[in-house]
Amino acid sequence: MSGYTSGEIMVTAAARQISDGDVVFVGMRLPLLAFMLAKQTHAPNALGLFENGVLRDQPATAPIITMGDAPNQAGALRLCGLDEVMSLLSGGRVDLGFIGGAQVDQWGNVNTHRALKPDGGQVRLPGSGGGADIACLAHRLLIIMNHERRRLVPQVDYITSPGWGPHPGWRQEQGLTRGGPAALITSLGVFTFPQGRAELTSLHPGVSLEQAAQATGWELTCLPDLETTPEPTAEELEIIRRFDPKRFWTA
Amino acid sequence: MGKARDKVKSLSQAVGELVRPGDSVALSAALEGFIPYASAHEIIRQGIGPLTLVAPISNISIDQMIGAGLVERVIAAWVGNVSTGIGYNFRRAVEQGLPRPLEVLDHSNFSITLALEAGARGLPMAVGRSPLGSGMALENPQFKSFTCPHSGQKLLAIQAVNPDVALIHVQRADKEGNCQVWGAAGFTKQAAMASARVLVTCEEIVDSEVIRRDPDRTLVPGLLVDAVCEVPWGAHPAPVQGYYDLDNQYYLDYAAATRDPAQAQAWQAEWVDGLSGREAYVAKLGGARLQGLMVSHSRPSAPLEYGW
Repeated sequence: MSGYTSGEIMVTAAARQISDGDVVFVGMRLPLLAFMLAKQTHAPNALGLFENGVLRDQPATAPIITMGDAPNQAGALRLCGLDEVMSLLSGGRVDLGFIGGAQVDQWGNVNTHRALKPDGGQVRLPGSGGGADIACLAHRLLIIMNHERRRLVPQVDYITSPGWGPHPGWRQEQGLTRGGPAALITSLGVFTFPQGRAELTSLHPGVSLEQAAQATGWELTCLPDLETTPEPTAEELEIIRRFDPKRFWTA
Repeated sequence: MGKARDKVKSLSQAVGELVRPGDSVALSAALEGFIPYASAHEIIRQGIGPLTLVAPISNISIDQMIGAGLVERVIAAWVGNVSTGIGYNFRRAVEQGLPRPLEVLDHSNFSITLALEAGARGLPMAVGRSPLGSGMALENPQFKSFTCPHSGQKLLAIQAVNPDVALIHVQRADKEGNCQVWGAAGFTKQAAMASARVLVTCEEIVDSEVIRRDPDRTLVPGLLVDAVCEVPWGAHPAPVQGYYDLDNQYYLDYAAATRDPAQAQAWQAEWVDGLSGREAYVAKLGGARLQGLMVSHSRPSAPLEYGW
């Protein structure tokens, strides 16, 4: 891999999942950059919702770390409360939502609550934030995570943000009437969920299938026409670095 | 039951009068912005606990109070450090019971908002769909699934939450506690309406006429408010629109300083217990650092005509 970081190709792959005109529930960290990138390239009419209560159709006016930073509020279309943006989500008006996490399993269930240690102890993680709400209520869910065997596990230790569940129809049984994971974007490739289970769809340039299989905790399967993820263009890298000038998120 | 008209107090007096051992306290209701760090630090300084804390994304305010040994229960959607991830005091409390055991009732951001909204309306529960399917819906007794009598859909009954006190930080308020906020406010309004008492810290106390010039900006009316404290920089290192932006370095330094429990105690001694109050905290930050956080790209709103 040369000329860009794994964080930058993840941002680029995530941005390509945003269609022009999409209403996007923007998470933190890499998804925040993916939204900025999509806005500046192929999706100028995308609208971003932030759970603290921001609706904006332009990138932040300066680089930001969190959704609450002043440049993410200046120039917004609406500043309101969490109840209002979550009502838009619950009402079915959000096309796409992004989440990250500590663990994801082959059905796209995401864990940000607690992980079991080999000695039987537990690691307590921060919790849901808005992750569960996005996973339950957005029409399409995109998951972004570093590709490591301890993160891509056969079954998560705790479901924070429900994915497709272990069998067809599981989401409906839970009372979830829409949504579900559409893609999992990792530092090694991109998975999609054609039958509710993760199938490798593309590998990032320079990554071998063996390398991906070794870093995946479940039995890796791929779509027949496995592709290579397009590299970030010079323009895309320039935009990402403008919004993350210190490489705080993409280093 | 009316509240006093002139509610202006010092922060130490307001905290001493309004926050009591055993209370449930809502704070950090606006997520990353407007976090009432000055009030949280004053509670730590006065050693008021044990407390139940209620929050959405709390950032490090809750982590600090847990580290001080004042928290026995958290009802929240996320506890950590937004800039770095893990809140180390929170982890130690859950995993090792240090400095005291901690019960966590896990919510999502939406469900805790709905729980407060139900509390604000005097109802025993709210109705939600999220987080059905999650471990939270199974483990937190505040969630019970039921079948909607109208549609037959499976839904969640979310138990109402009515905190004893809400701590909120705003840009400006008058002496009666009419609070004006511009910027994304999370569930600030619901927290104030659901709580029995409200303690307001603000960047500036303004004349009531300033409030009346733009009443749409009033997020929390004085009728809900018990104390108003003028505390400039009261939300640092969180951002307050129009006054100062995020101090990210402070969050990075906090993460590095709290990984080890002895160092975490030293952090508290340096930044909370060893300081007499917010003025000393601001002086410790120093003018150059504060200057770098202040508004450098002015963007005032257009005046509105409210006349007749």
